[in-house]
Amino acid sequence: MNTTLPAVQDYSQLAVDVLGKARQCGATEADVIVVDGRNLSVQVRLSAVDRLTKAREKRLGLRVFFGKRSASSSTSDFSKSSLDQLVADTCSLAKAVAEDPVSGLPAGDAYAGDCPDLDLFDATDLSTDEHIALAKRAEAAALSADPRVSNSEGADFNSSDGRVVLANSHGFVGDYRSSSFSMSVSPVATDPSTGGMQRDSWYAIQRAYARLDSPESVGSEAARRTLRRLGARKVPTCKAPVIFDQEMAGSLLGNLCGALSGYALYKGASFLIGQLGQAIAPEAVTVYDDGRMPRGFGSRPFDGEGLPTRKTPVIERGVLKSYLLDTYSGKKLGLASTGNASRSVGESPSSGPTNFFLVPGTATPADMIRSVKRGLYVTELIGFGINMVTGDYSRGAAGFWIENGELAYPVEEITIAGNLKRMFLTIETVGNDLEFRGRIASPTIQISEMTIAGD
Amino acid sequence: MPAQPNTDLTQFGLTEQEVQHTLGVVKVRDVDYADLYFESCLSESVSMEEGIVKRAVKSVSQGAGVRATAGEKTGFAYSDELTKRDLEIAAGTARYIAQSPQGGQPVPVTHCVKPVRDLYPAQTPISEVATAERVDLLNLIDAEARRYDPRIKNVMASFNTEYKIVMVATTDGRMVGDVQPLSRLQVTCIAEENGNRQMGTFGGGGRMAFAYYHEQDRYKHYAREAARQAILNLSAVDAPAGVMPVVLGGGWPGILLHEAIGHGLEADFNRRKTSAFSSLLGKRVASEACTIVDDGTLPFRRGSLNMDDEGTPTSRTVLIEKGILRGYITDKLNARLMGIPLTGNGRRESFQSIPLPRMTNTFMLAGESDPQDIIRSVNSGLYAVSFGGGQVDITNGKFVFSASEAYLIEDGRITKPVKGATLIGSGPEVLTKVSMVGHDLKLDEGIGTCGKDGQSVPVGVGLPTIRIDQITVGGTRG
Repeated sequence: MNTTLPAVQDYSQLAVDVLGKARQCGATEADVIVVDGRNLSVQVRLSAVDRLTKAREKRLGLRVFFGKRSASSSTSDFSKSSLDQLVADTCSLAKAVAEDPVSGLPAGDAYAGDCPDLDLFDATDLSTDEHIALAKRAEAAALSADPRVSNSEGADFNSSDGRVVLANSHGFVGDYRSSSFSMSVSPVATDPSTGGMQRDSWYAIQRAYARLDSPESVGSEAARRTLRRLGARKVPTCKAPVIFDQEMAGSLLGNLCGALSGYALYKGASFLIGQLGQAIAPEAVTVYDDGRMPRGFGSRPFDGEGLPTRKTPVIERGVLKSYLLDTYSGKKLGLASTGNASRSVGESPSSGPTNFFLVPGTATPADMIRSVKRGLYVTELIGFGINMVTGDYSRGAAGFWIENGELAYPVEEITIAGNLKRMFLTIETVGNDLEFRGRIASPTIQISEMTIAGD
Repeated sequence: MPAQPNTDLTQFGLTEQEVQHTLGVVKVRDVDYADLYFESCLSESVSMEEGIVKRAVKSVSQGAGVRATAGEKTGFAYSDELTKRDLEIAAGTARYIAQSPQGGQPVPVTHCVKPVRDLYPAQTPISEVATAERVDLLNLIDAEARRYDPRIKNVMASFNTEYKIVMVATTDGRMVGDVQPLSRLQVTCIAEENGNRQMGTFGGGGRMAFAYYHEQDRYKHYAREAARQAILNLSAVDAPAGVMPVVLGGGWPGILLHEAIGHGLEADFNRRKTSAFSSLLGKRVASEACTIVDDGTLPFRRGSLNMDDEGTPTSRTVLIEKGILRGYITDKLNARLMGIPLTGNGRRESFQSIPLPRMTNTFMLAGESDPQDIIRSVNSGLYAVSFGGGQVDITNGKFVFSASEAYLIEDGRITKPVKGATLIGSGPEVLTKVSMVGHDLKLDEGIGTCGKDGQSVPVGVGLPTIRIDQITVGGTRG
């Protein structure tokens, strides 16, 4: 059976045609984004196929300006009549909203001239059966790791590729292709003495298939992470140092991105307002946003407005050097765009990270754990207890209790609480273990003290 | 779009023959069941900040999902093109899970019918309400919130509407369609005083007409509540940390039920025996005072549906009766594999996603206690009335939900407001510690969205005032 989907297309001409229609309708400026993608996702559970999903989708997003008024729209219907209707509807929508003095496209000379190849696309075309076989191998490695791995929420293998075309009324037309290959495994382990169950998971994701970890290594890491949670218990309420593993440190960096977004800042909804040029972390902390990292998950040659991406020092030796800005939020703050416009089809741009990471230090995670007499090593956080306006932070956590420099036992049903502003200021150690498994990445970090609520 | 829309195939430019043919392509020998889901969705959003309505967004989407199940296997494909050829390709992909030869006999289906119930009688789509009227509503909200207190420095308000037409054709020979309106008005205020900045959020909505937001001055209520919360938080003190009695107010704090037990009672996790509730049917999982239902049949509610996304009428399912676990919520696949009743909870975010067992409106029935007596019964604890989001680990049952408006209870009296804090507990245990249930059942205002497997669907929750004798509160004051 032929399992190949039709290749994604270059919709540059379509984008230019829609811009022409918008101009005919009286729009003073406009931009169009077209995305076209396909994906194949296979989930297996207990060695049998559980779910197979295959799709091809495309979508066109339009933004029009009538002077200082603007509106956005999107559709999956590319027929001429439907697009004509969309342009007309969007123009009347724009006329119905208020004038916004800051609105408009970036000035004409700022657009990305070069379109460097960032190695984002790998043409490897895996068949459905190959997807199934890879997912089965990953799950089998987890299931055979230990007799206590008793069940499974499944393993999946996904591949996708797509194209993005962006064009605007200033004559900018750019496009790029990208691909992604990923797998994940979610085993369930049972404690033979209590019958209590735990689940955890592990995953791998790459732009290029050849760079992906082996299914066996992903499966056995998933099993290791699940097994180590068996027998977890609460700890008494206390204040103690907290070590965030790579993944959880990454989530803190994600919170930092939220607070650095130009939109949060100009709305007064960020705890980092007015901190530019101030020390917001110790000297050991340097953070970059790099939109042109080869094969990066946040990489792209131009941002959501067509401006060139770049490498921006965000925090240098603890001092806040830059926010993450697009043209609009930059103007609101009296600053220039940093090439961080993110654009989802059908929305006006917002600002967000490209590849955002904390520069690694020298300590190994083992060194960091050894340095703690009594404290917590966090490997999972759940819930949404973060107030971006104040930085107040309170989340459910699971991980390990550290006693005299060693992981003593797994813990769960506890919370960790503090304030993000204070947490970044009191980062004590930055680990040496930076790895990218997404657009935001961090090595292990240690925070000097947080409140842990348990028994 | 017409005021009385079609729920028939002409909406999608298809004929009955094409539908029967596509079902025939997917229904090969080893396929137990297959369905086609057609969806057309128009959504619009207007939003304001800094006193001006500056954003308007419109989105049109249309497509079909084709699904086949064989034993525990599901094959699924979708397409945003609705030609016979595209549907054939999708059907060919969906049946890949069944290793049987190509079929091709068309599957007969009925003419398209409407569900028996009509919980949200066809109304003028809000998209036909002039944009200017929606803009005016947001301007009124801005004025109302700023009038509440001069310390309100910014008001962000948004009004979102969705108008969805769905049709399901199944290999059981049924074809049924529904028109599902949905809207939501949300207000966020930022208050500032001496460098102290705080936020308050409030909103509401459901499957009703635009007039709802003006009736009983609802929009004013939303604006004032968001402003009141922001101002209140200016004087909030650090929340306590540790195990203590907690009183939850009525309405939205019902998110407790959604996280602590609702997800754990979804049939898929229980069929796979990966839920902390998997072996607890018929067992005590809550105190005698707790009876909890999932009810998709409440008129106009955000979580309600005439039929679920597999064409099954929604229903009222008793999950917990006087503390005893009675049932799971099911979709077709899991009800069939487990041999348990179909409850009409097979829901999907869109044609691009597969149906899963999902909640509708989940709430606890009223008890007999006076809410004032419940508060008076606590010496030292927390009174929480408003929450942000929550999350649960289905397998070990640990769940969290985060308070956004809460107060200390000291000597039986509500005293100081406290900063937001996350509450954490264990699903199968927390409700056994509910010692008092108020007579004041309240449903939420209609803002809830539930995420599972990357799919978001609108849901509702409800709760009377209750007392939980012991739960861990994640504040900073140890």
